[in-house]
Amino acid sequence: MTEIRNYTMNFGPQHPAAHGVLRLVMEMDGEVVERIDPHIGLLHRATEKLAESKPYNHSIGYMDRLDYVSMMCNEHAYVLAIEKLLGVTPPLRAQYIRVMFSEITRIRNHLLWIAAHGLDIGAMAIFLYAFREREDLCDIYEATSGARLHAAYFRPGGVYRDLPEKMPQYSASRVHNEKQTREKNINREGSVLDFIDSFVSRFPGCVDEYETLLTDNRIWKQRTVDIGIVSGERALQLGFTGPMLRGSGVEWDLRRRQPYEVYPDLDFDIPLGSTGDCYDRYLVRVEEMRQSNRIIRQCVDWLREHPGPVMIEDHKLAPPTRREMKEDMESLIHHFKLFSEGYSTPVGQVYQAVEAPKGEFGVFIVSDGANKPYRLKIRAPGFAHIASLDEMSRGHMLADVVAIIGTQDIVFGEVDR
Amino acid sequence: MDWVLNLWFELPVLVQIGVKIVAIVAPLMVAVAYYTLAERKVIAYMHVRVGPNRVGPKGLLQPIADAVKLMFKEMIVPTHADRYLFIIAPVLALAPALGAWAVMPFTDTLVLADVNASLLYVLALTSMGVYGVVVAGWASNSKYAFLGAMRSAAQIVAYEIAMGFALVGVLMAAGSLNLREIVLAQSGGLHQWFFIPLFPLFLVYLISGVAETNRSPFDVAEGESEIVAGFHVDYSGMGFAVFFLAEYANMLLISGLTVLLFLGGWHPPAPVAPFTWIPDLFWFLGKLAVIAFLFLWFRATFPRYRYDQIMRLGWKVFIPVTLVWITVIGVAKFFTPIGHWFG
Repeated sequence: MTEIRNYTMNFGPQHPAAHGVLRLVMEMDGEVVERIDPHIGLLHRATEKLAESKPYNHSIGYMDRLDYVSMMCNEHAYVLAIEKLLGVTPPLRAQYIRVMFSEITRIRNHLLWIAAHGLDIGAMAIFLYAFREREDLCDIYEATSGARLHAAYFRPGGVYRDLPEKMPQYSASRVHNEKQTREKNINREGSVLDFIDSFVSRFPGCVDEYETLLTDNRIWKQRTVDIGIVSGERALQLGFTGPMLRGSGVEWDLRRRQPYEVYPDLDFDIPLGSTGDCYDRYLVRVEEMRQSNRIIRQCVDWLREHPGPVMIEDHKLAPPTRREMKEDMESLIHHFKLFSEGYSTPVGQVYQAVEAPKGEFGVFIVSDGANKPYRLKIRAPGFAHIASLDEMSRGHMLADVVAIIGTQDIVFGEVDR
Repeated sequence: MDWVLNLWFELPVLVQIGVKIVAIVAPLMVAVAYYTLAERKVIAYMHVRVGPNRVGPKGLLQPIADAVKLMFKEMIVPTHADRYLFIIAPVLALAPALGAWAVMPFTDTLVLADVNASLLYVLALTSMGVYGVVVAGWASNSKYAFLGAMRSAAQIVAYEIAMGFALVGVLMAAGSLNLREIVLAQSGGLHQWFFIPLFPLFLVYLISGVAETNRSPFDVAEGESEIVAGFHVDYSGMGFAVFFLAEYANMLLISGLTVLLFLGGWHPPAPVAPFTWIPDLFWFLGKLAVIAFLFLWFRATFPRYRYDQIMRLGWKVFIPVTLVWITVIGVAKFFTPIGHWFG
């Protein structure tokens, strides 16, 4: 009888299912995983430290790059924290725009999640179906903020600019002739709000389409049901938030429990799972897409009827218009001060969390009264989730580890920061 | 014309056989190349995208560009690999995939080797294919490749049995081990084709065929998202290309066998006028293309099974189903009035 030994296997950081730069050191007994040791830090960019060295507004762009698939939600937490510190409230229209973009971002994130999760489990079609809709959301980002990914659109005191009156259109090229281009431009005739409106009307049908591919698929169910079970109690102990927690049946959504912005005025449901396995978390996220769609619909309807300012009038925080700057000395001074020195915050500390697509994304700022934070700490939901990877995948097979990484919706931008 | 035929019979037998082999292998290689293009195109359209359309008109030269690229790439042998096995493995994978075509009857008369037990020969050669995979996984000396090889070995053993039993059903119905005679037993129209009386075996054979060729949703030996590329993770250049060729040749082979065994081979669906105008060869190739398309369709839509679930499906579902149906065939053939239907 020879001695049977477990063997150690390196999973990542260069691995198609590593979701970026995850490195797992796995102890395997054949195909069965005995122990997993996640190694993180390969994408560490010292965001927190960088934010300590520059005026508040300069770090908004860094927030985009934390969880780089839910950009505006990260900005949202940061901007809200600064507003809390300063004690200002943005105009109502700005709040609606921010909430709308937070939910657009949630759909974007969940689309990428369903695409990657499907691909991890081997379902290829869902990847491109999801990216087809994600493309439209990228266009909304681009039309509004100028960037498809890293928007830097939210500012303390409101948003950078109001929604444009015109949606950019495709023009004919060598690849797409006039007729095809006209078809592609049908939704783009009106304003950005019209485009969002048409997307919102179309999107529930798209979610149905994703569900026909996966929800009742026998193989999909075999691969996800009873994989990576976390009980509600254990999920709380592990510090889970977001869909990971709700998949285990704990009703905890910051949009309800610690409402911010205009969420109390909006109507939406919080989907809950029961067993806490990968399939429940899948169902929860799919339903969240539908609920986000509902929220966007309400925001669009409100925004259509309530034009108004999207930035506070205080020029210590918000830049004056170009015209004012050219004509008014004081505005020029405000502009110069804002873009060079920035603004100073009162001494104190503040924590503000938002319900990001992945869970509770929080920003903790300690201010010593200067124009930059004394200390900035980011609470990333993925960090707590990846820490539980060992517990969730123990005793499962190698292929399940991939499913569990997928269900955790890990993004290393926020885990490593 | 006569002088050509005379010249042909004048040639030594070995040369004649050589020419025939080339006549089968060359179109097969072209078919394999364009099957890869078809796969990319079909899956692309199923995925709401376009697929390769840059090389040549409508992307038609893509497979040739791929082949040229792979031929000119360096074949890297990992430092700790077993050099000889590493190089032999792709050959071991390709040889049986091509060899099995020798007994494939394209039409009643068009067959290279009309051997008596051609079904057994096919079964023997398709089983050989796994050695290429196992040897490749072993010789690479990498944990990923090794896992892929282990998975593949276990999977092919399980499905070979189910497949074998499905063939026993066909054998009982046709009363012959010769592929040509199996097809002849199905002459007379659609209702005589074996997929109707042997429907469970047809499904088992088709699904086992997908598993045998390591295709999605049974592609755990490659397992893109788990073990990266499985057994051929360390192969590059021509070694990789040969594995690729073997996989696609096998897919076409399994499609061809499914047509021969269950779908009436070269027979048209009814032996009446409009159908018989089309030559037999086209019926065979057309049916083959339909089955081959199924392989691509599966790949485009299904998620991947987990390794143990594949094992469960093979051992606990397919083998019992085939055993039960073999009994049913036996009983039906000798004790029921519809026995003639079963052969």
